Amino acid sequence: MTTPPESDATNLPDLLAALTAGEGQALDRLHARLVAAAAAEGVLDIGYRTVDTPVGTLLLAATEQGLLRVAYPSQDHDAVLAALGRAVSPRILHAPARLDEVSRQLEQYFAGRRTGFELPLDLRLSTGFRRTVLAHLSHIDYGRTESYAQVAAAAGSPKAVRAVGTACATNPLPVVLPCHRVVRSDGSWGQYVGGAEAKQALLRLERVA
Amino acid sequence: MVRPFEQIVAEHGATVLRVCRAVVGPVDAEDAWSETFLAALRAYPELAEDANVEAWLVTIAHRKAIDMTRARARRPVTVPELPELPERSTRIGRPEDWDGDLWDALRELPDKQRAAVAYHYLAGLPYREIASITGGSEDAARRAAADGVKNLRANYLPAASGTGAKR
Repeated sequence: MTTPPESDATNLPDLLAALTAGEGQALDRLHARLVAAAAAEGVLDIGYRTVDTPVGTLLLAATEQGLLRVAYPSQDHDAVLAALGRAVSPRILHAPARLDEVSRQLEQYFAGRRTGFELPLDLRLSTGFRRTVLAHLSHIDYGRTESYAQVAAAAGSPKAVRAVGTACATNPLPVVLPCHRVVRSDGSWGQYVGGAEAKQALLRLERVA
Repeated sequence: MVRPFEQIVAEHGATVLRVCRAVVGPVDAEDAWSETFLAALRAYPELAEDANVEAWLVTIAHRKAIDMTRARARRPVTVPELPELPERSTRIGRPEDWDGDLWDALRELPDKQRAAVAYHYLAGLPYREIASITGGSEDAARRAAADGVKNLRANYLPAASGTGAKR
């Protein structure tokens, strides 16, 4: 949560300045209380937090159903949250507790102590063929790769190689749904939603690269 | 564009807390803030995109303050309200709590004056907007704010040294 700028307080008439006493702490307390009350009442449609990882600070967002979105810094976290506000609901709060288990598993993954994720997922951001492709991604094992053409074939449309590329580029759950394991047929890594360097870092972590 | 609610809390949380503190006082301010933002979160998806968010929040806070004042009036009074409390500034006991002397002075204002002062000087709402929240005319809201400030100045000195009221 961002603290409002101090200049706010200086614009107050002196007469009322005492009202700002201790408001930073009070607002932290109130924010936590709001998150808890909203979750209990079922109106915390999306909770989010960020986690620091070797491939940058990742944004994690979850609905009550499960993990909805993972985003790289290059995707602009504010823009991603705004897009979730339009696509799903603007009832969005910074609610780290909802992402505790996701954070824990990601931390294990980046420490090389986890090869797969066991998390409830909310796949509503992806439909049709893209969703079919995403469903296949979780069958590509840790440390293995498939070509875009292989994935297209596995998804039932061998000619839809470009569409597989698009599905990977728009993967709402990178890292967790391992689109980084999809590489070009000529053996080069190809593009990645988090940038080519991140893709290489993940494949190196999995001892492919 | 309707922004993520987190941004609404970040941008307006402090102002609404100041308004709640000024209108319902230190004991109820955090309950009022919580109810205001929970109600706002519930209704947020239906808020018009071009709405004045601060005025909307103050309107909700105003209603919550009225509800809380009524509830408090219905509740049996367990501690008799004495005009001279022995420890006016330490009633909450948390070090970050604000100057109780200011609340002592605010509490003595008529409701309309207290609301007009808070909504104009803390939330920055124009008198036309304040009138639509509290009822009455724009001129009446302007007069209420002016009278409120005058009465506050008469009853309260901002604490430069830590002690407040001149009585």
